[in-house]
Amino acid sequence: MVPFIPDFTMNLVLALILFPLLAGLLLLVVQSDFARRVVVGLAVAVVAVLSVWLAATAANLDLSRLPADAHRIGQVLFGVELLLSAFLLWVGIRSRNAWVLLLIVSQAGLMIWFELRGAAHVEVNRHLAVDQLSVIMALINGLVGGAICLYALGYMREYHETAHRETRDRRPLFFALLFVFMSAMFGLIFANNLVWLFLCWEITTICSFLLIGYTQTDEAKRNALRALVMNLAGGLAFAGAIVFLQAKAGTIEMDRLIASGQAVALVPAALLCFAGITKSAQLPFSSWLLGAMVAPTPVSALLHSSTMVKAGVYLALRMAPVVAGTVIGMSVALVGGVTFVIASLAAITVRDAKRVLAWSTVANLGLVILCAGIGTAEAVWAGVLLIIFHAVAKCLLFLSVGVIEHKIHSRDIEDMSGLVVTMPRLAIMMQIGIAGMFLAPFGMLMSKWAVLKAVVDASPVLSVFIVFGSAATLFFWVKWMGKLLEVIQPGEPVRQELLPGQAVALYSLATATALACVLFPLISSTCIEPYTLAVFGKTASLGTGNNLIMVSMMALVVLFPVAFIRYGRGVRVADAYLGGANADDSAHFRTTADSIATVAMGNYYLNNLFDESSLSRWGVAAATTVLAAMLLLLFL
Amino acid sequence: MKASLHAILYLLAAPLIGGLLAGWDRRISARMQSRPGPPVLQPFYDVLKLLRKENVVVRRSQNFYILFFLLFVMFTGALFFAGADLLLVVFALTAAAIFLVLGAYKASSPYSSVGAQRELIQMMAYEPMVLLTAIGMYMVTKSFQVQDIAAHPTLLVLALPGVFLGFLYALEIKFRKSPFDLSSSHHAHQELVRGITTEFSGRALAMIEIAHWYETVFLLGWVYLFFASIPVLALAACLLVFLLVILTDNVFARLKWQMALRSAWVVAIVLGFGNVLVLSLLPPP
Amino acid sequence: MSSFSKSPWVIHYDASSCNGCDIEVLACLTPGFDVERLGVINTGNPKHADIFLVTGAVNEQCREVIRNIYDQMPHPKVVVAVGACASSGGIFADCYNVAGGVDSVIPVDVYVPGCAARPEAIIDAVVQAVAILERKRKEMDAETVSKEVA
Repeated sequence: MVPFIPDFTMNLVLALILFPLLAGLLLLVVQSDFARRVVVGLAVAVVAVLSVWLAATAANLDLSRLPADAHRIGQVLFGVELLLSAFLLWVGIRSRNAWVLLLIVSQAGLMIWFELRGAAHVEVNRHLAVDQLSVIMALINGLVGGAICLYALGYMREYHETAHRETRDRRPLFFALLFVFMSAMFGLIFANNLVWLFLCWEITTICSFLLIGYTQTDEAKRNALRALVMNLAGGLAFAGAIVFLQAKAGTIEMDRLIASGQAVALVPAALLCFAGITKSAQLPFSSWLLGAMVAPTPVSALLHSSTMVKAGVYLALRMAPVVAGTVIGMSVALVGGVTFVIASLAAITVRDAKRVLAWSTVANLGLVILCAGIGTAEAVWAGVLLIIFHAVAKCLLFLSVGVIEHKIHSRDIEDMSGLVVTMPRLAIMMQIGIAGMFLAPFGMLMSKWAVLKAVVDASPVLSVFIVFGSAATLFFWVKWMGKLLEVIQPGEPVRQELLPGQAVALYSLATATALACVLFPLISSTCIEPYTLAVFGKTASLGTGNNLIMVSMMALVVLFPVAFIRYGRGVRVADAYLGGANADDSAHFRTTADSIATVAMGNYYLNNLFDESSLSRWGVAAATTVLAAMLLLLFL
Repeated sequence: MKASLHAILYLLAAPLIGGLLAGWDRRISARMQSRPGPPVLQPFYDVLKLLRKENVVVRRSQNFYILFFLLFVMFTGALFFAGADLLLVVFALTAAAIFLVLGAYKASSPYSSVGAQRELIQMMAYEPMVLLTAIGMYMVTKSFQVQDIAAHPTLLVLALPGVFLGFLYALEIKFRKSPFDLSSSHHAHQELVRGITTEFSGRALAMIEIAHWYETVFLLGWVYLFFASIPVLALAACLLVFLLVILTDNVFARLKWQMALRSAWVVAIVLGFGNVLVLSLLPPP
Repeated sequence: MSSFSKSPWVIHYDASSCNGCDIEVLACLTPGFDVERLGVINTGNPKHADIFLVTGAVNEQCREVIRNIYDQMPHPKVVVAVGACASSGGIFADCYNVAGGVDSVIPVDVYVPGCAARPEAIIDAVVQAVAILERKRKEMDAETVSKEVA
């Protein structure tokens, strides 16, 4: 730890938290589309610059001084919290949802009781803290989140003006929420004071509730409420953790929690892991994330890649050193493992593109949770890698699917056949994104490899989840890739595939997906290894030889587009073989009574082997059992 | 230095060995069906002919995927024989197979499309067992590096009997032999025409054949690892496994894909995972 | 020895045969004759085939199919009309729905007489077809050379 306290970095951190908040409030009142474009563009640029700046200057900084009186800030924040609770209470009453009421009353009760009784006596040294993990998260949040906001500009205009005229245009609120969300996420990343972290946690819950319910259809309202209930359950666990920690150890700081050893910290750490599991939509709570797809695509992208679910795994990874090697850690790992397998299998059975992406998010976060549960240096190292690569590639995929949906008016993967001809740019983006999600030598696969090694070292039995889960992963990604490439009958290319904002977002994300793989050793050595070194006293890395192999594999993959120089040379184009019954081309054939039928090719969804609902039923049952056992153990 | 030498040796010799093995395969199969069968060099004749044929395609880019399928298979085997990380080898192999599948998808014909998806199902079927094999070997030798595993003083198969049997099962699938010749078959006339290879002709088909030769040698190399501490025994085991694969190919009828997937996963759990479980409870010295 | 002579892959199509010739074609593949000795494989797929074996006369139903299969075969390729019907329409030549032999749709290189054609004759036809394959390949090479010169 550096004893010197540079106020400059502190200001940078505060700016990162406050600037998006102010931008969000400003956007609430901006009505004209042009002004909104200017504000969003500027805000995204500033946040991007700030987060890169932070990454460049801050290395394991100890931030203990706040520019203003911390006590007063605490009071203000408590006021905000009360307001939010009142709002949720109102939501609960209006929607007549007993769960919301029950959860918010008990949670708010806990916090008010805590504030009145304990908080005044707790001395907090460091309200905010920055280390390499927060820097990584800040970069993801600032850059990927920024890209989503840029993309949302064009997307939401199309959304209201052409695609969904029936939906009431509440864009000022929409963009305001995006930025408040971002701000809360920054707060969550930098907070060391758990009460502050909790407030940010609750703000992300509320923002996601409002964003999921944006369209105000019945389905949207229902799913938003479900998301709210599940996340409030996590919030309750979080509040419980704070109260417990304060009562037991007299502190509400995260670093002290982690340092205080398993005897004291295990219960709060377990509760925080539980909160993380709800927020990162692990089984049995994954249904809220799947339901969240009713929202416009930028919201899905935001929830899935840079914010929200990443907050859950972030917290769980933070708790990793505490739960490592305990029964609690094992249960957390089991929940992650079960989620990975079940969600990967479920992704095979669905044909809605966003649903596939959602299941895959749940699956990948399951891997991260698995890493957190194992909690060794190697595992945490792998988990952070997963977060980085997943954020970039998944965001790219969501944004691409969003554009495709507007163009072909469908999210069905079966309708994406021939996309490589009609929307070549998007198809290539999708290919890069999908390859980034599972294919060697791209990032996610490297991370999965690291996870597998970490798991085999820590407890080989858990590797069974990874081997079966990744086999399933392979199936649903490749069949989607194939669908995009397949051309039964070449269609007309779509005019103006991408709006400018969309193009900027997609191209930069695609570049980032590819670059992240090349720069992977650098990312590992500058950000992740110092973090694991600081927390565990040791670290993991791939090893030079393996890096070399990865690079040569990457070089081989990069050569692939080069092959297209010979496109169409030295070959004769003939019709596809249709049993000789072709009627003039590859797409039609002559059938009974000389009638002409069109060729149709569908993907396998293995529905006669397993289906989505029974899979999730089993998954929920298994994960609930594990979690219940964990909580039972905790209180015995 | 030695590692790269091995890799180069593999790249040069594997097509010869693999082609000869393919020739023997056809000849032994023929004998099992009481036919004389083709000359042992027949696979080479076939490939030489294919290289002189015209390239007929449905989609102009489909053959590029096949080229990279071959390159990645060569890369995989070279990695393996250079003694690299076993998990990386598996991932490279997967990447290779994905190029083949994408090529078949790109060809956009019903037969190749169904073949491609059945190939994917087969990959999904064998992948867990293959990874469990790597994990089992790691648990015994404490290393994922092929060179360390090969240099391990004990006979791996003694600690990994379940994994070995499971690996044989996966091998049947990987070789696309009956009862698992779902995606493409060497035997004439089946419901899928030629499955995944239907739309490839000329040079592309030749490349697929050569890639199979490379794959055969690489997979038998993996069988070798189970017996690596006694080289003579290991070579004999490779030969026996190869004969076993031919025998099952001729004895069994094709399974449905449901059965193939289910049985492969059951085998992976019972034999593969069971063995790993036992090893983690009773760690080898 | 050329590579074509060692590995002639065939595709067999039954136009409107009475199945007599088809059985004889398949007989060639059975252990009794085992044409795989000569490298012959029945591919069942025009994209892989070198030799197109057609049995039976051509009627209105199969005219297009023959055309399609022929077009989808990669060059060089040879067509063998197996049996009397495939060669000329045979006893069905004057039927209202029969166009004639295979050569009424695509160029035929080798005709195999017989009703049904004997396996020995079919094998002999394949051997002759192999020589034609080699010649056609040479012609293709010459064409590309002359194109390059031009």
